[in-house]
Amino acid sequence: MHPESYIRPPLIHGHKDYLQITEDICRAVEARPSRSWWIAFAVSAAVMLWGFFVIGWTIWFGIGTWGLNRTVGWGWDITNFVWWIGIGHAGTLISAILLLFRQKWRTGVNRAAEAMTIFAVICAALFPVFHMGRVWMAFYNLPYPNTRGPLWPNFNSPLMWDVFAISTYFSVSLMFWYTGLIPDLATIRDRAKKQWAKVFYGILSFGWVGSAKHWQRHESLSLVLAGISTPLVLSVHTIVSFDFATSVVPGWHTTIFPPYFVAGAIFSGFAMVLTLMVITRKVLNLQDYITIDHIESMNKIIVLTGSIVGMAYLTELFVAWYSQNPYEQYAFANRALGPYWWSYWSMMMCNVISPQLFWVRRLRRNVWFTFFMSIIINVGMWFERFVIIVTSVHRDYVPSNWSMYSPTWVEISFFLGSLGLFFTAFLVFAKLMPVIAMAEVKHILKTSGEEQKRRQLEAVRHHQPAAAVTGSH
Amino acid sequence: MKHYLLGLFDDEEVLLKAVDYIKSHHLRIHDVVTPFAVHGLDQKLGLRESRLHVGGFWVGAAAAITAVSFMTWVFTANWPIIFGGKPYFSFPAFIPITFEFTVLNASFWMTFAFLVLCHLWPGRFRESLDPRTTSHLFGVVFKITPRTTEADLQRMREVLLQAGAVEVKERMMEKHY
Repeated sequence: MHPESYIRPPLIHGHKDYLQITEDICRAVEARPSRSWWIAFAVSAAVMLWGFFVIGWTIWFGIGTWGLNRTVGWGWDITNFVWWIGIGHAGTLISAILLLFRQKWRTGVNRAAEAMTIFAVICAALFPVFHMGRVWMAFYNLPYPNTRGPLWPNFNSPLMWDVFAISTYFSVSLMFWYTGLIPDLATIRDRAKKQWAKVFYGILSFGWVGSAKHWQRHESLSLVLAGISTPLVLSVHTIVSFDFATSVVPGWHTTIFPPYFVAGAIFSGFAMVLTLMVITRKVLNLQDYITIDHIESMNKIIVLTGSIVGMAYLTELFVAWYSQNPYEQYAFANRALGPYWWSYWSMMMCNVISPQLFWVRRLRRNVWFTFFMSIIINVGMWFERFVIIVTSVHRDYVPSNWSMYSPTWVEISFFLGSLGLFFTAFLVFAKLMPVIAMAEVKHILKTSGEEQKRRQLEAVRHHQPAAAVTGSH
Repeated sequence: MKHYLLGLFDDEEVLLKAVDYIKSHHLRIHDVVTPFAVHGLDQKLGLRESRLHVGGFWVGAAAAITAVSFMTWVFTANWPIIFGGKPYFSFPAFIPITFEFTVLNASFWMTFAFLVLCHLWPGRFRESLDPRTTSHLFGVVFKITPRTTEADLQRMREVLLQAGAVEVKERMMEKHY
């Protein structure tokens, strides 16, 4: 256990012991779903089913039902894909990178953020898969011996790298999430009163009993998975940015793309974590575990990554000017002043200007403002991808090719359907599984619990003059 | 039927001291079950350090070599194609897939090894010796065999209570817990 100063703010509020933690977190799983849960579930599931219908429509009639044309071949589909993948970056960042940096506040939010990652990656994968058109040929992406030569996929193509990156990211996140979940599912199994719950959580918990040797292996596995997920999470959005950066399209052909995309992904991912956690902590009454300090920590990451993103936008403009390349300059002038100016300025307002408000401590610690900002950031990050994709291609080198793009009802419904899928999956997760990593929170209770800190402080006060304990602050 | 004696503790610091105390009385601890990972417990119990990460390294290395050699074979021998005037063996372009394949294999096989070594799989129903050991109590487990005498049992109980156990109980199980 790593010692921690007792004047650092506690991460677990209130007078908690191990049993209390179990009860607080299991309560949501053991109680019957509330009326508001059913309403939220019904709405999300209905939107999701509409999305499935529209996917069927796309398969049946082809992607001609979308608003794409000869000039603009990537529209809402790839915008949504990159947006969802970006959202899917926070989970692994929280669980892997913050684990390596020994950030204990991670334990309050990692489980839900990892779940969110998995659902976001599923939503993301829908878009390129159905954009292929003949989706039943999707297996052509896989390198398998075939009767066409054998003709292999192009391993030199960034789109192929993406296939590997996204599938690896999904698989590793799933393993990381589930192995972490096993001990907590065993807790629920052992507390279960109803027969179906005993069987259900008995299957899900894989027969975990918490032996010392198993915990030792579990710790070893978590640490190594965190170690290799850290470069993985950075590689995924780097490779997504290569889809654009390795092309010769002005506005895409930019060396700054990889770090800029990674920062943007973390930015939007944390915004989505905040959107979900601000509601979850309130509805499930978990304010003692997801405290205002947790929210502030995440807001600090938002202001950092938001500033990196803002810096990247300005650097792009500077480099376009400095390159003296008229095509590059036009691409950026067209973004800000062309027919899609509204998307560019929405992006600038949402991603560059508004997150700067988080330099103010009062705003970082205001739950409602945080919730509002998290929505604004997600809107802004959606516009960022729209700006990059559509405004760069709609006016290419040959003016006779110039064209405009707007989505059809099919694309809009597909996007709404992916939101429905995401929220349905999250609601089911929050009902059936513990949204907070119980075992990990218990692990930090002795060092970071409010009551435990108070006792430590008292113990020290008894032995030392008070001034030495409280320091000079 | 399997027969166990379980001493329950309510604090991990007491537990760590108790393990030393029990060992100093030359009693053989069969296992310790805890609701979360207690750091330092494995050393005190004398458990060998996990070698999962070593296995993960070798699987990763093998995957990296496989990926590079496969892509090299495809593009130089099996079906050479010129992409954008680049050489057949365009190593920098192979790096992303090599990296992803390495990470995927290392993670997958390490997780797989973890589940197999700990005998964990879906549908493996296992009952805890005491349901509270996955929630808030820490259990030191002794195995009771036909050779364990009543006097041994009595001594185990005493040592557990002296070590600070809040409760000591016997448990009969159909199978291993």
